[in-house]
Amino acid sequence: MAKKRILSVDDSASIRQMVAFTLETAGYEVVTANDGQDGLDRAKSTSVDMVITDLNMPRLSGIDMIKQLRTLPAFKFVPIVMLTTESEERKKQEGRAAGATGWIVKPFNPDQLLAVVKKLVS
Amino acid sequence: MAQAIDPANTFRQEAVELLAQLETTLLDLEKAPDDRGLVDTVFRALHTLKGSGAMFGWDALAAFTHHVETTYDLVRRNELKVSKELVALTLAAADHIRVLLDTPDQADKVRQNALLASFRDLAPGRASAPAKAAATAKPKAKTSSDDDARTFRIRFRPGRDIMQFGTNPLLLLDELRDLGTCTVTPITDAVPPLEEIDPTACYLAWDVVLTTKAPRSAIDDVFIFVADQSDLAIEEIPTDPEAVRERRLGEILVERGDAAPADVEEGLSRQERLGNLLVKSGKVSGDRVASALVEQQHVRGVAKSKEVTSSAATIRVPAERLDSLMDQVGELVIAQARLMQQAMSLADPLLKSISEDIERLASELRDTTMTIRMLPIGTLFGRFRRVVHDLSNELGKSVELATEGEETELDKTVIESLNDPLVHLIRNAIDHGVEDARQRQALGKSPTARVLLSAVHSGAQVLITIEDDGKGLNRAAIRAKAEEKGLLSPGQELSDTELFSFIFHPGFSTAAAVTSVSGRGVGMDVVKRTIDGLRGTIDIASTAGKGTAITLKLPLTLAIIDGLLIRVGGEIYVVPLAAVEECVELTREQDHRSAGRSFLNIRGEIVAFIRLRQLFEVEGEPEAIQKVVIVTFGEARIGLVVDQVIGQHQTVIKSLSRLHRDLEGFSGATILGDGSVALILDIPHLITFARDRETMQRAS
Repeated sequence: MAKKRILSVDDSASIRQMVAFTLETAGYEVVTANDGQDGLDRAKSTSVDMVITDLNMPRLSGIDMIKQLRTLPAFKFVPIVMLTTESEERKKQEGRAAGATGWIVKPFNPDQLLAVVKKLVS
Repeated sequence: MAQAIDPANTFRQEAVELLAQLETTLLDLEKAPDDRGLVDTVFRALHTLKGSGAMFGWDALAAFTHHVETTYDLVRRNELKVSKELVALTLAAADHIRVLLDTPDQADKVRQNALLASFRDLAPGRASAPAKAAATAKPKAKTSSDDDARTFRIRFRPGRDIMQFGTNPLLLLDELRDLGTCTVTPITDAVPPLEEIDPTACYLAWDVVLTTKAPRSAIDDVFIFVADQSDLAIEEIPTDPEAVRERRLGEILVERGDAAPADVEEGLSRQERLGNLLVKSGKVSGDRVASALVEQQHVRGVAKSKEVTSSAATIRVPAERLDSLMDQVGELVIAQARLMQQAMSLADPLLKSISEDIERLASELRDTTMTIRMLPIGTLFGRFRRVVHDLSNELGKSVELATEGEETELDKTVIESLNDPLVHLIRNAIDHGVEDARQRQALGKSPTARVLLSAVHSGAQVLITIEDDGKGLNRAAIRAKAEEKGLLSPGQELSDTELFSFIFHPGFSTAAAVTSVSGRGVGMDVVKRTIDGLRGTIDIASTAGKGTAITLKLPLTLAIIDGLLIRVGGEIYVVPLAAVEECVELTREQDHRSAGRSFLNIRGEIVAFIRLRQLFEVEGEPEAIQKVVIVTFGEARIGLVVDQVIGQHQTVIKSLSRLHRDLEGFSGATILGDGSVALILDIPHLITFARDRETMQRAS
């Protein structure tokens, strides 16, 4: 079976690196984007099986990116997970309303990330 | 990249850049305090410092930055104005963050508290709560202290739009299955008529009974993302043997809130199956009753396994009793077939439903009886250690016997009949197959030869492999011997499979010297005959210098098989269903085209066929459209031309009388529902027959 491709959208290089390294080690293919706009462009140009996105990002926020992704036919059913901090309960609700599938609370470790990815990607 | 990836280093770099960006933005912000974009940039920089810092071990930095971030969140929400004081304070905070980044141990606590107090003073009454380390989606470590498995009832009705949020509910069910023993019942009552179905909506719900050692929180975690969009109920149910015996279907339905106690009472007062009754009366949906019954079964199973482990209930039964039980089950299956036939001809729905019940019970009884008769093959493998030991001493070779798959179960009769063939094959492997220690060393092999005996299940078959790491079969010697015996014309091209199959001919041995062990060509033909008798097959794979692997493919049981009934003329025959690949039609037109050649083109592949009418010398005109049953055996494939394909039949195998035992082409007989006898076709034999005929035609 082809490797599942996951899009990691984050303006923090260290998080992108950690997500990519963890998922690649576990056998996934990872595409990265630096902010919501970049993420949206990547999503339009390549097919992905899952999106992991930060919320606070320049140019286009994670929430707005999720909203726009969900209007694309190819992304109607793709799992989208947002990275939030514990203080962002409000954001979590907003993300859900925008169409996010789930969330991971920062700080998280590689095992927690993999557990969530496994839950959403077959 | 030779350098190991370390996100902590990346973060350090990133943080330095973010702090620089923070400073320039703050200076800009001082000049333009109302610029939303600048406020957002400051907030994001702080947010990333906090979030990523916490990820990679800068806890103090994350905690401190959290308070600064909270202040800017207020600014973002227009609850606080940007002032010169705020900017100055934030710049001071940035300096402190830099200290926390580089040398967290040397950070000045007093200064930090003073900074935080100043932030609080700027936004009185809005002081932020300290950052909690709680993580919602954290999969909890499974606690092993909870040794006893508990059983939960999980009723999961996902929201209609769940899939539009990217959730695949089947993956959640899979996750539950990973937690323990799991019985899943789909509830389809909400599925609308086809024309009203929205293909992107989820109409299904599931009832799950899960027995797991994982804590309750592990189940909650499975549903963490969907809990607020779904109807979800998770309850623990008791599984003590006592409690289980008490719980009837009605109680379960009432307990689950699917049926009212009064309805159950009413149902019980009328002596019929409660489930059927409740469904018929429309009070409870069929799915709900099925799901409750599943729970009853699941819980019974759990309780039973508890009981079993507590008493390790085994009883010894004489083997003859099992044999006679199997015979009786066979008779029952035959009687049931008669009942079915009668029910069909009378067209009485009540009789038919009774007959169907009995059919189901009979086939369950058959399966149970068969499992009782199963023995692990390890009992047989154990005997061969001695054989190998004695033989290797006698021949002066060093041989080690390894076994795999001892737990594989096979019918007791099959295991008993396997002893002699396996002894032959092991002797052959040690005598002919493996070299002696000196030769092996010269060849760079380990001086001790290895013979591997393994067994594995494959569908309705068991594969037993005898593998050695010796010199492999000698193709040239086999060919020479076959030519010498007139089995092969010189120069004839043969595949390995065909060539190797000569070693099963009686009196065929290529061994240079006759030893006391082997070399007289007695054995392999006996092996072949025994395996044929068990309706099994033999495959040989051999690589020169590397070794030989002989694989015996055996059916799980001998007594009852699934068969395909066919008719040729006025007679009915049985083809073992395991051998049937497909059934196709042979129209008169195709028949004419194939005239005399007896070949059929099936999707571009040429398949030889045998006309059973011809073979059995049936008089009269064949049907206009003849059917061809394509059967396979090993790699060979032929068509059997028949008049009619009737259908599947549970076939109880009866051996042929002494008079007919040597009849070729039939492996046994069975009794049909109307009491008549049908012969079971011996597919391997028919294939050989077809091949020989082909060779003869080719030769003539």
